[in-house]
Amino acid sequence: MAEHASPHHAHAHDAHHEEGWVKKYLWSTDHKIICFQYMFTGMFMALIGGFFSYVFRMQTAFPGVEVPLYGIVSAAEYNSLITSHGTIMIFWVAMPVLVAAFGNYLIPLMIGADDMVFPKINRLSYQVFLLSTIVLLSSFFVDGGAFGGAWTAYPPLSASGAYNNTPLGSSLWVVAVALEFVAFLLGGINFITTAMNSRAPGMKLYDIPIVVWFIVIASILFMASVGPLIAGAVMLFMDQNIGTGFFDPARGGDPVLWQHLFWFFGHPEVYVVLLPALGITAEIITVFSRKKLFGYKTVLNTAIATGVLSFTVWAHHQFIAGIDPRMAHIFTITTLLISVPIAEMMFVYIATLYGGSITLSTPMLWALAFIAEFLIGGVTGIFLGASGADIYFHDTYFVLAHFHYTFFPIAIIGTFAGVTYWFPKMFGKMMNETLGKWHFWLTIIPFNFIFIPLFVLGAAGEHRRIFDYQNFPELAGADFFFLRQMATIALVVMLLAQVIFFLNVFLSLRSGKKAGKNPFNANTLEWQAESPPPHGNFAELPTVYRGPYEYSVPGRKDDYWPQNVPS
Amino acid sequence: MIERWVVQASTYAADIDGVIWLIAVLVGFWFVVAELVFFWLILKFRARDGQRAQYITGEEKKQMRFISWPHYLVLVCDVFIVVGAVRVWVEVKQQLPSEAEAQHVRVVAQQWAWSFVHPGADAKLDTPDDIRTVDELHVQVGQKYIYELESRDVLHDFSVPVFRLKQDAVPGRVITGWFEATKTGTYDIQCAEICGIGHGLMAGRIVIESPEQHAAWIESQSATRLAANLR
Repeated sequence: MAEHASPHHAHAHDAHHEEGWVKKYLWSTDHKIICFQYMFTGMFMALIGGFFSYVFRMQTAFPGVEVPLYGIVSAAEYNSLITSHGTIMIFWVAMPVLVAAFGNYLIPLMIGADDMVFPKINRLSYQVFLLSTIVLLSSFFVDGGAFGGAWTAYPPLSASGAYNNTPLGSSLWVVAVALEFVAFLLGGINFITTAMNSRAPGMKLYDIPIVVWFIVIASILFMASVGPLIAGAVMLFMDQNIGTGFFDPARGGDPVLWQHLFWFFGHPEVYVVLLPALGITAEIITVFSRKKLFGYKTVLNTAIATGVLSFTVWAHHQFIAGIDPRMAHIFTITTLLISVPIAEMMFVYIATLYGGSITLSTPMLWALAFIAEFLIGGVTGIFLGASGADIYFHDTYFVLAHFHYTFFPIAIIGTFAGVTYWFPKMFGKMMNETLGKWHFWLTIIPFNFIFIPLFVLGAAGEHRRIFDYQNFPELAGADFFFLRQMATIALVVMLLAQVIFFLNVFLSLRSGKKAGKNPFNANTLEWQAESPPPHGNFAELPTVYRGPYEYSVPGRKDDYWPQNVPS
Repeated sequence: MIERWVVQASTYAADIDGVIWLIAVLVGFWFVVAELVFFWLILKFRARDGQRAQYITGEEKKQMRFISWPHYLVLVCDVFIVVGAVRVWVEVKQQLPSEAEAQHVRVVAQQWAWSFVHPGADAKLDTPDDIRTVDELHVQVGQKYIYELESRDVLHDFSVPVFRLKQDAVPGRVITGWFEATKTGTYDIQCAEICGIGHGLMAGRIVIESPEQHAAWIESQSATRLAANLR
């Protein structure tokens, strides 16, 4: 933490030891190191968020039980745990790992640049992010505990300590979220500028790998949507602390205003994290099926269409929130329209497999699982976007299961796909395939056993964020508890299976097979650098002659054709 | 589909279940087709020695057909779903029954209890014979009700799963809506919007009574109040 406590001191200190540990790993401007900073922070937060889910799922399935490693869960703690789980998993796991970590690692390497265009802004981005992390975690140790009004933080509950009983925790929550957005704005500016200005000579717009495009589009979506939410966060903070009444109806405010500001950001945010995961998937399925991506321009256009449409759907979260009922029609139409580009994207990915030569390596399994599982998340969203059906499903476990079938593939499956695929590049060692497959199956199978029961519970009327369902006679039956317990046990199995991943990382780093420059015979530029790439990435900056997906081109001996190899 | 788990006890419950069923059929079809094609391709095109992948750009018209036709079909399905959803929405949320045929009932949410104001024997709210209860709402089967939903503090949500009804309560507003019960019995009322530490305790019950039972209940409540007033 020395790096933001006293920068000048750190500099002076480092001048004596060339490339000391602090300078190399904590005060670095190298985009690859910043990737690792984001990734390790994100994974650390994922462990916290995962542990929280274990604690509150235990309470839901076995109410009143003394949870091993935690203890008795109080109603206030339950609310704090679910709130923090949501906040952490979206803002401190999905965002830093998918957008920031992969964006940082991949953009310069895949476009053939030596680093980001603004390396110091990049470093600042992570430092602000780390600060936001510390602020968020500190809220657990203040009087009253961490904020417990759900990750959506609807006022008036979030706006007044008299209602939420966590006056300090809720302010720290707002500050942490706002700081975090500043961090990603800084990062996003860098991503867009770098991808547009630092491409290798010869790399035209349609020669950019899809994952880079998608991270750039995601950054643009983020920049365009986050403004209203930051404004909302400032208003909420003032309501909490200096007695303004932006969201207080007694003083002329309106609590529903916050919902508009939040979801105007919140819905595009889904696509902000979805796009990098989809991009990672595109890279992996082309390499491991030795196929050209089916309809590169179609993929790009659907992503842009999705991005634009995503700004017009936000009020589908608010159908029954007291908005004018006629507005529901508009948002039902826009929401269902967004199914068209997303379905098309799925079709394109599936079509890419046609005529391929498919190897089911660990990264490929993750990428394919992403498609198979995300489809479930996609189709169940239709129930919620259709106003008439949403009257019943709103705020039930059906919603929860739906978005976990989108966010889990995004944040967890997408991350594992990316990490297992680029691990040889990042660390110069191959990962163990046997352990990788055990980890894959022991994550994917329990994942479905967690959330399919929750779909059923939601359809049966189980509403969200309830500490103890025994208070609701219709939800207290033995079969309901059976499903809750099934989900909870599956969760425990899935969390334990993550040990295999960390074991695999550890063993592979220690004694994995050395990876050459290009172990998977891929085309994109990052595979032309050393593994791991040194500071500055390329011994000689590459020149690009073709698009990224020229696999199995007829008439060539090799079934791949790197972008930088002259014809 | 939903009626397998939760009984239908309002006039519009079957319509909401109907639109859910429509969506389930349409998206279920796409889901099954997509997953089947997906797994079939994975099995069929596994890597074999000496066999190269095909080179398909996916940018020629002939190839694009495989994407564009499903794309139009998805759009057609969307139209059906929008029409179905909007029709139900208009019925449940946009149209109120006429004052002549409906009684009003006031639903007040607060941390962490429901209070209900029933119109009493004269079928009118805000008269001396109103009946106030906590956490228990009494309604008569076959009678249309317009609810006036209020909140005293934070957001709450008046949810009656057997009616398929949900509506947020927003402080500072009176939100109206309607329901008509079709089945007698006692069912759950949930608060479906997180409202603080006691959110999980905010359970109410709705008692749906036959006209005779309902009249008897009003009678008993008036007698209790009379006794209380005399004391």
